[in-house]
Amino acid sequence: MLRRRQFIAATGAFILAACSGQGGDGKAGTVEITNVSYDPTRELYEAINPAFAAYWKQKTGQTVSFRMSHGGSGKQSRAIIDGLDADVATLALAYDIDAIADKGKLLPADWQKALPDNSAPYTSTIVFLVRKGNPKGIKDWGDLVKPGVEVITPNPKTSGGARWNFLAAWAYGRKQGGSDAAAEAYVKNLFGHVPVLDSGARGSTTTFVERGIGDVLLAWENEALLAEKELGKGNFQIVVPSISILAEPSVAVISANAKKHHVEEAAKAYLDFLYTPEAQVAIARNFYRPRDPKIAEQFKATFPPIPMVTVDKDFGGWKAAQKKFFDDGGVFDRIYAQK
Amino acid sequence: MPSHSPSTIKRPPGSWRQPSVLPGFRLTFGLSVTWLTLIVLIPLATIFMKSAGMGWHEFVQVGLSNRALAAYRLSFGTAAVAGLVNAVFGLLVAWVLVRYTFPGHKVVSALVDLPFALPTAVAGIALTAIYAPNGWIGQYLEPLGIKVAFTPLGIIVALVFIGLPFVVRSVEPVLADLGKDVEEAAATLGASRLQTFNRVIFPAIFPALLTGFALAFARGVGEYGSVIFISGNMPGRTEIAPLLIVTQLEQYAYNGATAIATVMMLASFGVLLALNLLQAARRRRYGA
Amino acid sequence: MTRRRTTTEGTAARRLLIALALAFLGFFLLLPLIAVFSEALKQGIGPFLDAVTSDDALSAIRLTLLVAAISVPVNMVFGVAASWAITKFQFPGKSLLITLIDLPFSVSPVVSGLIFVLLFGAHGWFGPWLAEHDVKIIFAVPGIVLATVFITFPFIARELIPLMMEQGKDDEEAAISLGASGWQTFWHVTLPNIRWGLLYGVLLCNARAMGEFGAVSVVSGHIRGETNTMPLHVEILYNEYDFVGAFAVASLLACLALVTLVAKTVLEWRFDIHGSAKH
Repeated sequence: MLRRRQFIAATGAFILAACSGQGGDGKAGTVEITNVSYDPTRELYEAINPAFAAYWKQKTGQTVSFRMSHGGSGKQSRAIIDGLDADVATLALAYDIDAIADKGKLLPADWQKALPDNSAPYTSTIVFLVRKGNPKGIKDWGDLVKPGVEVITPNPKTSGGARWNFLAAWAYGRKQGGSDAAAEAYVKNLFGHVPVLDSGARGSTTTFVERGIGDVLLAWENEALLAEKELGKGNFQIVVPSISILAEPSVAVISANAKKHHVEEAAKAYLDFLYTPEAQVAIARNFYRPRDPKIAEQFKATFPPIPMVTVDKDFGGWKAAQKKFFDDGGVFDRIYAQK
Repeated sequence: MPSHSPSTIKRPPGSWRQPSVLPGFRLTFGLSVTWLTLIVLIPLATIFMKSAGMGWHEFVQVGLSNRALAAYRLSFGTAAVAGLVNAVFGLLVAWVLVRYTFPGHKVVSALVDLPFALPTAVAGIALTAIYAPNGWIGQYLEPLGIKVAFTPLGIIVALVFIGLPFVVRSVEPVLADLGKDVEEAAATLGASRLQTFNRVIFPAIFPALLTGFALAFARGVGEYGSVIFISGNMPGRTEIAPLLIVTQLEQYAYNGATAIATVMMLASFGVLLALNLLQAARRRRYGA
Repeated sequence: MTRRRTTTEGTAARRLLIALALAFLGFFLLLPLIAVFSEALKQGIGPFLDAVTSDDALSAIRLTLLVAAISVPVNMVFGVAASWAITKFQFPGKSLLITLIDLPFSVSPVVSGLIFVLLFGAHGWFGPWLAEHDVKIIFAVPGIVLATVFITFPFIARELIPLMMEQGKDDEEAAISLGASGWQTFWHVTLPNIRWGLLYGVLLCNARAMGEFGAVSVVSGHIRGETNTMPLHVEILYNEYDFVGAFAVASLLACLALVTLVAKTVLEWRFDIHGSAKH
């Protein structure tokens, strides 16, 4: 029996040793900031992090290092609620940070007021990616529901990005028909043209680009630009619709965690830094629309003006939109239930 | 390895089991049950507790909605078909590997474990690339009117891939262990090769085959990573049950997620238990 | 000559069976494998090597090996113990026990991760206590190990139970009656009998431990260079449209199948040297 006990004790000791918490060491000369973000921002933060580190070193003498985590926005938000040590969250939509405030109580409910521009230092919108030469002649939302056109978009139930697509389509339908009923009819028609609902935005891009399925990909502008300019160079082009939606990826300091790790000051400065001209240029280079009007002017060839609705003004905020459209029994479920 | 000698415990334990001259029952049984409880039962209990937290009405509304029922039908149906395909071909592969030698034998044998080592997402991506309409095989099937990717057929393909090692690796050791003497005896008594297989070999490997099928089936029911790439995820048509769990989680509805998980788990548990009981009954009849 | 033919099949039948098996494996196993390697080597060997030797990839490989090195031995002890108890003794409720051991197979990987979040997450059963004592389980290595142990829990036991059932317990009873101790019996009688089954079980368990994606993805937190295992690293690369990198790391995992080959060959050779191979 003795030996078994030793075995168990050894195992226990091992597990405890492996458990040793890491956490930021806010004292003295170093700080570590954990940035929990969504998928497409890796290159963006790879450009911004060293710039901020240099800036912060010069300003305070402290050395900043970063722990980066990327994944689906909703999943990342759940991980933070369940205890992932994020000091800052840089997610795809405000709804996911609202959930952290709501269910995790890790930051104040009015977090969106903490930074300028709704705490969204960069924006994007929804555009169409079509195959080279635009063989189906897609110009606007109305063309997507013509016979024989196949549209690729991810599943709004599992993908945050897809919810923007859905709402942009809704905005067009409502503008065109003048009512919610008309909007629902349009969106239902549109989803009748969708052959595959991938679980995430990047899965949809792959289906469209690599598998060659579909005539139009509904995508975030930054993703479409990436696909057009890098992923499938020369094989695709972007079509800008007559109306779209302002996508505001939100950022926030997860104050409870930052406080625990003694990195509040640096975390706050890190997010403030995103609004500086230096960061705004990096943002534009990574195909997000910069907030700074001067930088925006500089990159206006990349980002044509599009009339945009916003979630807050036109849909009553994310909570209302989520409940109405995407929760169980919402509009999206209804569209498929009727089929 | 157990870290001390089982011979230190010789006293036969409680009378609820049949006496045996072999030692080590208390140690091995105790160790198994303790470990099982810590690693499997307690964590799984959280699922039941969480879904018990919601009212019965709500539970039924989420766990047994029409949409969920369609997803269960799809998940259990495709897993059963894939399990059967694997039972047939897995047995064939095991047979060929154990009984015959041919060039590349060892490579083929090693290949069988591939579905476990390859992350499920990679498997899904690779299979989609092969069976999509512009894929290596898909392009030839498309003109024939056979669509694999983004249909239930695609789900079956993915589940066959995922479940194959279970059948092969369950049957293989038993088949290897089966001495040729019984077959020789049967042959000497005038049995044809087919008769020998049906009456002698098959009954001996049947429990292992059933185990393999059950495990491939159970694994297929819960599979997520590979299937979402190839299924197309169309609600009501190619939407698998694990995807519904993820959908619930995306709404921060942990209760709803556990409700669906509970239904799935009870159903698979029922199937597994039935198969295991069937085996036990068979063993009693034929003697072991 | 006639005697020989009665315990095997005719040449034609044999070739047909082999051809059928190979065709099946070709379509379902070999093609996906080729797809993975062809994607990985699309741009030649250079980008492939870059992808598998990047810092993040190396740390993912280290973590994956560590996780497998903990979970496989743990499950091996359990598997041998459980199959001994189940196959060498008669007791009521045996089918139930076997089914409970099977249970982790039937749980969706998504759920297997979720249960540990419900246990150890900030709002889980033990969450507040863990937070108070600054012990990290999920979104750290212990959580990944736990999820992996859970996922691979049944493998070895499940491999051994049918085999040991088929073998019965006569050999062991004979050894005991000849005066061998329980430990000696296990070591010299049972272990040689079950070694192939045990080996398969360990290899499967190891493959699955290294390849597991779904459950680990839920409890990892995806921190680059820290809590990303190889499958998670593959997903991240894929989501960054770094297809070559993703498939390069994936092909590394696929090579595990070759490790199986090497391990088996070495063991076969060793046992043949000692003249104790029973085949």
